[in-house]
Amino acid sequence: MTRLSTAFAKAHPALVAFITAGDGDTAANLDALVAGGADVIELGMPFTDPMADGPAIQEANIRSLNAGTTTADIFALASAFRKRHPDTPLVLMGYANPMTIRGGDWFASECNKAGVDGVICVDIPPEEDPELGPALRSAGIDLIRLATPTTDTARLPAVLNGASGFLYYVSVAGITGLQVAAQTSIDEAVARLKAHTDLPIAVGFGVRTPEQAANIARVADGVVVGSAIVELVATHGVNAAGPVRDYVASLKHAIVTARKASA
Amino acid sequence: MTTAELTPNSFRNQPDDRGHFGQFGGRYVAETLMPLVLDLEREYRAAKQDPAFAAQFDDLLEHYVGRPSPLYYAERLTEEVRKNAPAGKGAQIWFKRDELNHTGAHKINNCIGQILLAIRMGKTRIIAETGAGQHGVATATVCARFGLPCFIYMGAKDIERQQPNVFRMRLLGAEVIPVTSGAGTLKDAMNEGLRDWVANVHDTFYIIGTAAGPHPYPELVRDFQSVIGKEARAQMLSRINRLPDLLVAAIGGGSNAIGLFHPFLDDKDVQMLGIEAAGHGLEKEHAASLAGGRPGILHGNKTYLLQDDDGQIAEAHSISAGLDYPGIGPEHSWLKEIGRVRYDSVTDTEALAAFQLLCRTEGIIPALEPAHAIAAVEREAKKMDRDQIILANLCGRGDKDIFTVAEALGTSI
Repeated sequence: MTRLSTAFAKAHPALVAFITAGDGDTAANLDALVAGGADVIELGMPFTDPMADGPAIQEANIRSLNAGTTTADIFALASAFRKRHPDTPLVLMGYANPMTIRGGDWFASECNKAGVDGVICVDIPPEEDPELGPALRSAGIDLIRLATPTTDTARLPAVLNGASGFLYYVSVAGITGLQVAAQTSIDEAVARLKAHTDLPIAVGFGVRTPEQAANIARVADGVVVGSAIVELVATHGVNAAGPVRDYVASLKHAIVTARKASA
Repeated sequence: MTTAELTPNSFRNQPDDRGHFGQFGGRYVAETLMPLVLDLEREYRAAKQDPAFAAQFDDLLEHYVGRPSPLYYAERLTEEVRKNAPAGKGAQIWFKRDELNHTGAHKINNCIGQILLAIRMGKTRIIAETGAGQHGVATATVCARFGLPCFIYMGAKDIERQQPNVFRMRLLGAEVIPVTSGAGTLKDAMNEGLRDWVANVHDTFYIIGTAAGPHPYPELVRDFQSVIGKEARAQMLSRINRLPDLLVAAIGGGSNAIGLFHPFLDDKDVQMLGIEAAGHGLEKEHAASLAGGRPGILHGNKTYLLQDDDGQIAEAHSISAGLDYPGIGPEHSWLKEIGRVRYDSVTDTEALAAFQLLCRTEGIIPALEPAHAIAAVEREAKKMDRDQIILANLCGRGDKDIFTVAEALGTSI
């Protein structure tokens, strides 16, 4: 069992929590995510041109880069996290250029050394898999693919080929943090995906309230929350750990009780 | 769009079926966009085989855009350059006059092609990014012509320095949306265009303005712009019964250059020179991705980019808003690596001098983009024999730039 598969084998759906590396006191915020009950951590790698992100995460990227965050800093944060939290899975999420600039093998090797469990790359679709996929797979790092409302049934096998860890369902055709998907569309999509894969399905984009998280938890294996946490970091700066922990705990409570309530 | 004469060793049979030009190009987009990009490729393949599509494209280029554009021998500029050249040197300078197109630049060629594709695909809403505003104006123009709503993303800094084009777009019925993220220039406008597209995939067509972005954009923009080179080649043969010795064009993303170069790529005696913007100088702030960058992934393609060691994208600088972009079309990256095209650069100062030289010697006010090419033409002509021929692409007129030039020259207007 990998750390990721263990996290998705719990009695309740997994809470997947995102923050941007180098924005605010990242180490304290990572600890706060764990303390609040996050089952999987997504650590965002800042990029100058985050084309798939809405204003909240765009601004987090700018704050982080303006503070001088480097790729080496991100791996240092990951390594230190792994020492403090040996069992919590950590996934790096970001864009192709910072991940591939020194070659896929270099990136996979650094992930391995830092105890990173998986990678989500927004702008490497299956068609460009050779860029990063083979290197990650041979280093034993999960390549987590994204499925979206535009990924039809005919295309799904291409997305699933080479995917591991979990499948991230992007619930809206859009950028992070803005629109909210109708719950019925999420229910249908998760059912369709589950018919094609045994990978756990985590649903994200636009999830901010405990109620939404609970609704998703009733059908999916995981709930991803990003922009709402990043906004707390924006509001509270270096003092965000407390509010982040409390907010994550409220999401976790909703997720853990969701299936009991509906059962 | 003939392919019959291509041989396996042709320089003109790129990209491969995955959209790669050697190691460059490709489709590095979010999954939400991937099905659309594949749709576009299918539709473009079908359009390429459809004589009715070609006929409509050709008809609009002739009667709406005003093609073919003239091929012009710049006799006075040639004489002026010869005054400062060694004895017997000073090549003949010819221009492909794409600045005489409707809307004043080569950009309209591509917009006509893409809006016909959009209509073919049943899309009802058009978006585009623009730097100098030329592509925005060309897109707003074709949207007005075909009655489609048009939204143009433009960096806030560019809006400030290109007010006449902003007003033109608004007159043409487009909504100009200021982009304040990043440095507020073309790169940021392109990010915002991609964000709009991903949120409006069902009805929106993104008219990309240069031969870059995810496959098939670099290929289809090149094909639409190749009208420049095809005309120029035929015009050269009919006027003087020979091909030029050297082609020169300015490069931001590189659509006017690839449009001129591509039909000549298999003419082995024709040399080619692409000119990047060296801004304040290559050791300072500039926009020369090939000279000062290295391969990376941005905006859907792998190509040379200005970036730091971590792959963070740098801000470009050029006096010409149309060249102010930290990347370049992937086919140019490939042509550089295989050595078929030579690339060099020209500074803001050199471009300004060439801008004025062309005004005075030929009565033509060029855009600042081709002013970079003209500066290089002057440099190259002095090294070449008098019976040799340089053909440069005069890809835009300078009306839009007179305020920038006046400011640079210390004049207020």
